[in-house]
Amino acid sequence: MSLPYRLRLVVSLFVALFLASSAFASKATDTPVRFAMTPAFLHDQHAMLETWRSYLAERLGRPVEFVQRDRYRETMDLLQQQRVEFAWLCDYPYVALGKEVRLMAVALNNGRPTYRSYLVVPASDQTSMSIADLKGAVFAYADPHSNTGYLVPRFELRNQGVDSELFFRRTFFTWSHRKAVSAVAAGLAQGTAVDSYVWDSLAQVAPELTAKTRIVWKSEEYGFPPIVAHANVSTEDFQAMQRVLLGMQDDETGRAILARLHLDGFIEGSPQLYDSVAAMMKALGEH
Amino acid sequence: MLFNLSLRYKLPLWGTALIVSTTLLLSGSFMAQAWTDLRHDVSRSAVELGRIMAPALFPSLLHDDLWRAYETLSLPFAQSSDSEVAQAENLIVLDRRNQVYVSSHPEKYPVLSEFAVHGADYRQFVSRLDTADLSQVVHWEPPDSSRIMVAIPIAEGGVRLGTLVITYDKAVLWQRFERLIGRALAITALALAIILPASAYWGRRMTEPLVQVSERMGRISQAELETLEPGIYPYRDEVGQLYAAYNEMVRTLLAKQQLETEIVKSERLAAIGRLTAGIAHEINNPLAGLMTAVDTLKQRRDLDPKVMRHLDLIERGLMQIRDTVGALLVQTRVQTRPLSLADLDDIRTLLQAQVAKHRINLIWELELPATVPLPASLLRQILINLLLNAVQAAGDGGEVELDVHVREPMGSSGPPKLAILVRNTGTPLAETLLAHLFEPFASTREGGHGLGLWVTYQIVTQLNGSIAARNADNRVEFNIELPLGDATCNTASH
Repeated sequence: MSLPYRLRLVVSLFVALFLASSAFASKATDTPVRFAMTPAFLHDQHAMLETWRSYLAERLGRPVEFVQRDRYRETMDLLQQQRVEFAWLCDYPYVALGKEVRLMAVALNNGRPTYRSYLVVPASDQTSMSIADLKGAVFAYADPHSNTGYLVPRFELRNQGVDSELFFRRTFFTWSHRKAVSAVAAGLAQGTAVDSYVWDSLAQVAPELTAKTRIVWKSEEYGFPPIVAHANVSTEDFQAMQRVLLGMQDDETGRAILARLHLDGFIEGSPQLYDSVAAMMKALGEH
Repeated sequence: MLFNLSLRYKLPLWGTALIVSTTLLLSGSFMAQAWTDLRHDVSRSAVELGRIMAPALFPSLLHDDLWRAYETLSLPFAQSSDSEVAQAENLIVLDRRNQVYVSSHPEKYPVLSEFAVHGADYRQFVSRLDTADLSQVVHWEPPDSSRIMVAIPIAEGGVRLGTLVITYDKAVLWQRFERLIGRALAITALALAIILPASAYWGRRMTEPLVQVSERMGRISQAELETLEPGIYPYRDEVGQLYAAYNEMVRTLLAKQQLETEIVKSERLAAIGRLTAGIAHEINNPLAGLMTAVDTLKQRRDLDPKVMRHLDLIERGLMQIRDTVGALLVQTRVQTRPLSLADLDDIRTLLQAQVAKHRINLIWELELPATVPLPASLLRQILINLLLNAVQAAGDGGEVELDVHVREPMGSSGPPKLAILVRNTGTPLAETLLAHLFEPFASTREGGHGLGLWVTYQIVTQLNGSIAARNADNRVEFNIELPLGDATCNTASH
């Protein structure tokens, strides 16, 4: 992928001539595009993902592979090791990866490229008004590289001058926003912080689950989890993928997929959207 | 009291009791077995479940991955609980200090709570856990508790990270058991619904004839002999044989009764015969003297006509006495020729006037050889008596039938017999009359002297024959059977 087009063509012709293999002749368009999917959205909607994948493959004229990982750290590794070209990440990994990745697209959630962190408690807990009321609780984090599920609650506690390590009696990771909501709904945890987009989507696809929970507090807006490309992805490939994503809202199939994603579309976005996240990370000494 | 009940009730009741008690016994043992099996099932499935889950939980505990441990514990509850396998109530992972690390139902057993705080049973259970060794499965069923607890160590390579506790609610066990019982009861009820009516029917079928036999036996002493209803029990087992034997007995008794009646009747007739014969002889002797005296007196010329008139009166009276006595004193000790067809023609001629007068349809059936070896004069007397009676009884426009033929003996014993049937279409004879028909002066018919049948009976008896009268098919029938012998026989009378 990093080879210049001309050289690739020469190599291809060379191989084709000597091995008389037509399979190698079309290597440029047959090489799959690898796209990592993360729990930044409800990535366990397998049928929807398959539709989306074939949509992207058709628009790109190339095979597309979706690589699913539950942990952001694993997705970050995939990107850093260039085992995937693109990834839908959370803000935190995007900021953490810095110049290794390029922002390619940002989804529109309720018409804005933003989302929030929701502090969620079991529906039976009618008293808690903020995270400060959850002292000594069992708290579920989504992922140590999650913005809304890990960074935001700890930042909130730090702003109140509390050490999050001592504040909760016990914490654990569920490795997904959806599962964090499930943990609270089951009573396993007395609180969690989740992606507002995931919670709102869940409220539509699994209302019986969200009904067992209550939103106590909503954070300010942050840049919506970005879709990024590795810095080494060629400009053509980057633009091709970006074009397809941004054009999804312009055709019916694309709109149908967006509807199932509970999104309005994709825009180019700007890295400045994530400055507030970077600031939080800096404040917590993690950037 | 119960034992005196009629078989009609006792047999079905007894059958029902047997069937019901057998069914209850079987169901009872089945249920006991089912309960044991169920409990065994529960312990076994608990241990199986534990042995599958404990190794999966080990890495979660090792890496302190509470969520993964929770997901592992939730697996058995993902499916609907309709399955036949006993559904565990709770899965709880305890850490090394016997605190709840995670549980399938965190609202009941929250993370980091002390397991022992849930009650005395739990305290005892925890103390058992402390004493159990590394690989030991602890099975604890606290008394007075609805819970069964099974503990499986979460250990690997000699390191124990915690304990998996599986609890079962006995109520679930009971639910399953109730389902089993319900099914067993339904099957039992179905079986009873089929067997009980069948046994009741069979019992009734069996006892109904027995009851009849019993009732009729009871009435035999009151001289009421009834056979059983035919077809009430057509089988040839012992009960069937009993009914057959009873019917046979009743038939025999009836025949005996009939015979006794006949004997009494014929003895009475014989006694009357002897009496009348005695009286007749006693009268005949002086009567002969008296008549001779009257005759001698009448020879005298000097008699006063008034006396003469009285003599005639006396003579007529004496002659009437002689006739009556003569009729009573049936004389069969006479030498006579055998009966021939000409005798029968004579009888027909004699009857002709009466037949014509009453427009009788006379049927005359003869099937005889030229001569029959029976005394002609006695036979003529019998036939004329019976036929004249028949013509009188038949009335105007009636029908009289005579059928005379020789009947070969049944089998090989006895001589051939002359069978005489005289039948008329007159009024049937009354029962009371039938009983005394052959006695002297029994006749009710006006104009008859009442000795005709008596004489006939005497003759038939003295010829060793039999005579019977009966009403049949709206006709009055007289049947006579006379054994054939020597034509010149001298049948002994009295």
